[in-house]
Amino acid sequence: MWPVLAVLPALAGCNTARDFPQTTLDPKSDYARAIQVLLEQQVFWVAVIFSFVLLATLVILVKFRARPGSPEPKPIHGHTGLEIAWTIAPAVILTLVAVPTVATIYKTQAAPPAGSLHVRAIGHQWWWEFNYPDLGVTTGSEMHVPVGRPIAIDIETADVLHSFWFPAMGGKRDAIPGHVNHMFFTADTTGTFPGQCVEFCGISHANMRMKLVVAKPNEFEAWVAGQKQGPAIPDSTSLAGAGHRLFTQSACVACHTIQGVSAGVIGPNLTHVGSRSIIAGGIYDNTPEMLEKWLENPPGRKPGSLMPNLGLTHDQVTQLVAYLTSLK
Amino acid sequence: MATTAATLHAPAHAEPSGLWSWITTVDHKRIGALYGITAFCFFLIGGFEALLIRIQLIRPDNTFVSPDVYNQLFTMHATTMIFLAVMPLSASFFNFLIPLMIGARDVAFPRLNAFSYWVFLFGAIFINLSFVFGGAPDVGWFGYANLTSKQFSPGHGVDFWAVGLQILGVASLAAAFNFIVTILNLRAPGMRLMRMPVFVWMTLVTSFLIILAFPVITVALIFLLFDRFIGTHFFIPSAGADPLLWQHLFWLFGHPEVYILILPAMGIVSEVLPTFSRKPLFGYPVIVYSGIFIGFMGWGVWSHHMFSVGLGPLADSFFALSTMLIAIPTGVKIFNWLATMWGGRLELKTPMLFAIGFIILFTMGGLSGFMHASPPADLQQTDTYFVVAHIHYVLFGGAIMGIFAGLYYWFPKMTGRMMNDRLGKVHFWLQLVAMNLTFFPMHFVGLLGMPRRVYTYGANLGFNEMNFWSTIGALLLAPAILIFVYNWITSWRSGPPAGNDPWGGATLEWAIPSPPPSYNFGTIPEVHSLDPLWHKDSRELVLASNHVHGHIHMPPNSYWPFLGALGMAMMMSGMVFGWFVGIPGLLLMLLGFYNWAFEPCH
Repeated sequence: MWPVLAVLPALAGCNTARDFPQTTLDPKSDYARAIQVLLEQQVFWVAVIFSFVLLATLVILVKFRARPGSPEPKPIHGHTGLEIAWTIAPAVILTLVAVPTVATIYKTQAAPPAGSLHVRAIGHQWWWEFNYPDLGVTTGSEMHVPVGRPIAIDIETADVLHSFWFPAMGGKRDAIPGHVNHMFFTADTTGTFPGQCVEFCGISHANMRMKLVVAKPNEFEAWVAGQKQGPAIPDSTSLAGAGHRLFTQSACVACHTIQGVSAGVIGPNLTHVGSRSIIAGGIYDNTPEMLEKWLENPPGRKPGSLMPNLGLTHDQVTQLVAYLTSLK
Repeated sequence: MATTAATLHAPAHAEPSGLWSWITTVDHKRIGALYGITAFCFFLIGGFEALLIRIQLIRPDNTFVSPDVYNQLFTMHATTMIFLAVMPLSASFFNFLIPLMIGARDVAFPRLNAFSYWVFLFGAIFINLSFVFGGAPDVGWFGYANLTSKQFSPGHGVDFWAVGLQILGVASLAAAFNFIVTILNLRAPGMRLMRMPVFVWMTLVTSFLIILAFPVITVALIFLLFDRFIGTHFFIPSAGADPLLWQHLFWLFGHPEVYILILPAMGIVSEVLPTFSRKPLFGYPVIVYSGIFIGFMGWGVWSHHMFSVGLGPLADSFFALSTMLIAIPTGVKIFNWLATMWGGRLELKTPMLFAIGFIILFTMGGLSGFMHASPPADLQQTDTYFVVAHIHYVLFGGAIMGIFAGLYYWFPKMTGRMMNDRLGKVHFWLQLVAMNLTFFPMHFVGLLGMPRRVYTYGANLGFNEMNFWSTIGALLLAPAILIFVYNWITSWRSGPPAGNDPWGGATLEWAIPSPPPSYNFGTIPEVHSLDPLWHKDSRELVLASNHVHGHIHMPPNSYWPFLGALGMAMMMSGMVFGWFVGIPGLLLMLLGFYNWAFEPCH
């Protein structure tokens, strides 16, 4: 297990976030750092124990390999002192790990600190909804939080089991029908961090991804202010205006909310979809090209997608893309 | 070893051959062979499924298989390896070895034994028929509710899975009861419990785990089948159910199941190490008690599969501590195995290499298990490739390496011929390297954030290179296994004769001819020590068991267990196929059971 020790610092090095953006080894919150402390202690003991077993085996293989003329072994049946020793030694090591483990369990599962920002994370097949009940903001796939302020998350599901996980922020927590699960953390670094669903939830489980944007408090306030404004109705003669008309007259409204336009709740709230950096449950960057490809055939892009292929013409897709990208 | 004299006393016995003799056999050795060959075929099928999985993951956004097929593959890979490969391979060893090791002529219920095998075979075929009847199960081998409900899984895959596991459960339960009764009642005179070989002990513990664990999954599967077929609401949240009930029931079965998979391999290794160290097992009673303790503690750790569920700090702490406690007897076993080799004269034949490989690889699996015994750490590791690495070090590095050690070790006893040791070593080294190349990078790709059970992954997350090497490793595992298959077939046909005791073993099976006669022992041996063949006086006594005195009564062949098993499998599969299969199955089963019960035993 020495290779583990050699590799870990490299993985935890400063390039980790760039090369491995979804890593668990580069904690960016108090919660994730508390876990990292436990992990490092475990890796130490794992390395010690494995080195001992491997070394002992190698010594045995060299020392006691049968050679011509080597004597018949003594028939030793056991040794009470040794048995006691190698029962107690692991017990001591386990105690050294168990005590901080239990302390960390109670610390990280306590009630969230006062003044926490409350967020509901709701899993859907196959995208995440984020709802800020105190701010009156609802968004999808992309979660925004301010740096330095405790975030208290309620984890829920609209259909089957999911699991909520931003590795940089800490451990995962399952979304279970009929349950509201909780976690809290305080992000200590600004930036964007990928996450994804980690409980198998059906055919497109692999396509249920998300992004966390940790912003400076004033930037976060600005984002909230933008999200709270209703979207402007585009000029009816523009391409976006044609898209708006098409949206209101077609099946879109049954599933999607656009504040002041429609009230569907099956799919993501699109009120500010143009301001997001990702679409389709986080599998594509939000560019006009990808949005176009998505609208042309959602189940072809994301197998099992509840959004059907609406059979839109190319012109209709262009109009809708113009409208949706205008929803900043 | 001077065994030729004893061999001369064994009367010539003409074994009947042909298909009919195999369908009607009640000989534990033949049933062991049937189990072994069938299970190994499923091991190859499960391995092929794994290869397809790895090819799909060789690069990001690959389209080698569709997501739908991928989900079927990982579900069937785990289901196949656990229920159709490792468990029945263990059952193959139980069948072949237990009567030989305890000095008995057969198991306690030979026809029940045949019935177990046929039920297993039909259940295994049934569950795989799903591939041609509209799609295999695609909800994971753990089948978490409520994804398994009609609403979210409308196809028949889940039905095949649930009914198939029920059929297989009947086979496992019947076999487990059989071995408990056999071990407790049919031991040769003088073989007290604490003189039983460790493999017999581990079989006993495993059998108790099976009879206690399978009823739990049976109940859970009945709930699920009721939900799907008659509209009950055991796992339907919209009707007020808590889908967590499934997880508790599943893991209350599922964790003991892990020990059902690994304890037999530990038993095998405990037999192989002393033989090739020329030294008795170090700390025999401690190894036995550790195995029993692991079996007991296996019931108190199930929620460590559920740390991310949110059971609260008290439950998380309890299950963390109980899980860590299991590390102690596991560690003690490893130290005792090392101490067995210490001071020995190690003959590094193929079985010994696999046993030593087991120790190292299982230790690695145990240590990664110790890492996720800590719930906060586990919350970063669970449902990622780190856990995939862990279970494969435990089940491939542990159970499969142990099983290969046993296959090489007892091949001479099973066939009367030696396997090619040089090819065996090539197999070992290639498998060791390929296995580590496949699974070691998974530790890192998991810690770097790659979830398990995903048919694809983003290209920009840094997972690409490690997945590539894992796939290369898997592609190298295939030839390693094929070398074994080649070695097995050619050695069976034309390997050099093995004699009674090619390795100088200590236990009873090495006293009798290879392959053993249908009645095993001409007279039942008397046992006076733990290693009867290694002590001068007891050795003479045991070798005398090859003398036949008078008539040996053996149970006659019967086809009723086969028909009863076929009928039962048809009856249960009627839940999926319809009454026109179910009703004839019921009648056939009743016919088989009735005639089985009243068949004269002479």
